[in-house]
Amino acid sequence: MVKVASNKTKMREQPPEERIRNFEEVPYGYSMEEAVAEANRCIQCKKPSCVQGCPVEINIPEFIRLIKEGDLRNSIRVLKETNVLPAVCGRVCPQEEQCEKYCILAKKMEPVAIGRLERFAADWEAQQGDAEIPRMKKPTGKRVAVVGTGPAGITVAGDLIQLGIEVTMYEALHEAGGVLVYGIPEFRLPKRIVAREIAHVCRMGVKLIKNVVIGTSLTVDDLLKEYDAVFIGSGAGLPWFMEIPGENLNNIYSANEYLTRANLMKAYRFPEYDTPIAHGKVVTTIGGGNVAMDSARTALRLGAKRSIVIYRRSRNEMPARDEEIHHAEEEGIVFHFLTNPVAYHGDALGMVQEVECLRMELGEPDSSGRRRPIPIEGSNFRIPVDVVVVSIGNSPNPLIPNTTPGLETGKWGNIIIDEETGRTSKKGVFAGGDVASGAATVISAMGAGKKAAKSILQYLRDGKW
Amino acid sequence: MIQIVDRSMLVPNIHLLTLEAPLVASKIQPGHFVIIKANEKGERIPLTVADWNREKGTVSCAFMQVGRSTRKLAALKMGDEVETFVGPLGKAIDINRFGTVACVGGCYGIGSIYPVARAIKSAGNRVVSLIEARSRFLLYWEEKIRQVSDALIVSTSDGSKGEKGHNSDRLREMLGEGQSIDLVVAIGCTFMMYAVSEATRSFGVKTIVSLNPIMVDGTGMCGACRVEVGGKTKFACVDGPDFDGHEVDWGLVLARRKAYIRHETVSEEAS
Repeated sequence: MVKVASNKTKMREQPPEERIRNFEEVPYGYSMEEAVAEANRCIQCKKPSCVQGCPVEINIPEFIRLIKEGDLRNSIRVLKETNVLPAVCGRVCPQEEQCEKYCILAKKMEPVAIGRLERFAADWEAQQGDAEIPRMKKPTGKRVAVVGTGPAGITVAGDLIQLGIEVTMYEALHEAGGVLVYGIPEFRLPKRIVAREIAHVCRMGVKLIKNVVIGTSLTVDDLLKEYDAVFIGSGAGLPWFMEIPGENLNNIYSANEYLTRANLMKAYRFPEYDTPIAHGKVVTTIGGGNVAMDSARTALRLGAKRSIVIYRRSRNEMPARDEEIHHAEEEGIVFHFLTNPVAYHGDALGMVQEVECLRMELGEPDSSGRRRPIPIEGSNFRIPVDVVVVSIGNSPNPLIPNTTPGLETGKWGNIIIDEETGRTSKKGVFAGGDVASGAATVISAMGAGKKAAKSILQYLRDGKW
Repeated sequence: MIQIVDRSMLVPNIHLLTLEAPLVASKIQPGHFVIIKANEKGERIPLTVADWNREKGTVSCAFMQVGRSTRKLAALKMGDEVETFVGPLGKAIDINRFGTVACVGGCYGIGSIYPVARAIKSAGNRVVSLIEARSRFLLYWEEKIRQVSDALIVSTSDGSKGEKGHNSDRLREMLGEGQSIDLVVAIGCTFMMYAVSEATRSFGVKTIVSLNPIMVDGTGMCGACRVEVGGKTKFACVDGPDFDGHEVDWGLVLARRKAYIRHETVSEEAS
């Protein structure tokens, strides 16, 4: 057997000192040679365990084998059999906790860089012009409405349209893509990639209606009069705040607002674009997840001299992906671990000036399995700040549950579904993604979308609930 | 794209746009608002609604030109299109049998109070409408509002028409004289709504105000529109925009409206 290189083929990146001054994507992606070298590290297991780590069960060894052979056209076909968004997933999936975690190589060395190869194949396809339209089943005459155009909604729409079902996607904002366009920054997921994927499902025949808020412009019951089934993938769009004194001072943002202004509204190009955003010398982000990393790194690119992340536990407990933390550290983000804000102080105009924090220590593990942070009494100290971004999580937006009689929700306002089928408590209504699970990942939303698409098809055939 | 089917300057700096938006028109109720975005580079701006026609599928909004984004809207002509016009958003005003209701408007809110007065009147209430402007040339829709009111009281700051002073002065006088008012609804600039709330506070007359904070998405996603009501943080876009004026933290509302005051200068210089 050929000896396998113990490390992943490196992906070239913009150097940190350069990239913090622009919004361009950080990694450049593999060249053909690099991709083949990496594909050659895959030993083509007879019983591949990587596939079980993939929420949409991509035939991973097969798409990698085709890259090895230089047959990129078929490689992308294999990817797209189960994943309508490979260019997105190749970039933002937490592969280290999914496919790559189960890669046999990972027992002794670095796993195969499955995510980078997925991205490579998808980017190759994009360079060839419009993506290939897959074979479509003949029209069934059935109609489905998809609410929300994030990863869950796009997956459901992409799957159903191929099965001969007429699909209409409804988007509340002026641009489709959900969290992929308002939340994830340009430097991590270029918006042209999302736009291309949306255009692709539309070319397959999916109808897209923007600027319609389901729950107010139209209710789910209105949709049920026109469609045979409804899928709700409206995401986790309600930002949490800590409810501490001074939190409503100016220049304290939710991460949703900060990122929406920067990404969707293109405030980084103000005044060419009309939407402003506060540019501070010192920007402090509260939280330790991927969204916090996105916010802190966006702050640097908006010109912050110092971008600080405050997290109440230690580095080990941070929920952000290693790659994101690593990129943030490279870019000079300053981390204050075991620190928790307790109040904000402002000036006479109501602008935030200082964040008052407490030092924390770690106690026994809590229900999440992570060690619980415990405040150290009297350890209060203040950090001078210009801008604060609160990035401590989101819950599902209540607009739809509040206006849909018969739709059961859980403790966090999440729509309750049957995990295997995506069925809600209301006949003909399916849901999936963050609106059901609470804030999670792009790929888990897509996995939920796939399951829902299957069971929607079943329901349209037999009408059984 | 949404087409402008009519437009006019009601008075200097206050404009009325009528848009062809059948879906919005079919659902809109008094108290709702919409979000408008003129073009690709535009901001998302929340506007209250001044009128609608469900048969024709049109919705009209009155707004004041205050900065670059509203100037863009003011420059739109008949037949032009806007990229985004989404609604209805927010909660509708609870329309009930209250008794005597004072419907109070100023600035763009003279337009916005009209459908509220109309709905409250047709629900069988006695409606006293109060409108105000700096001077008589800034008043509009007096006849329209009179038709849906049992009485109309006009105030101008310079006394050039009606009574001299403000809506809040009138309310204080009326309540001081012992006139019975069961509910006050006020729409307009923040300061006017604040003054009205202060005028009615000591009389204990419930006063509903339609807050107009800065927003982005308008669907509860961002929290830009945070206000404090009764000591609790609320999102005006989904929890409001209508709140009890006696419970609102007005200092915070005024401060948050000025969050981008420096950006406005940059924006104006650039255009």
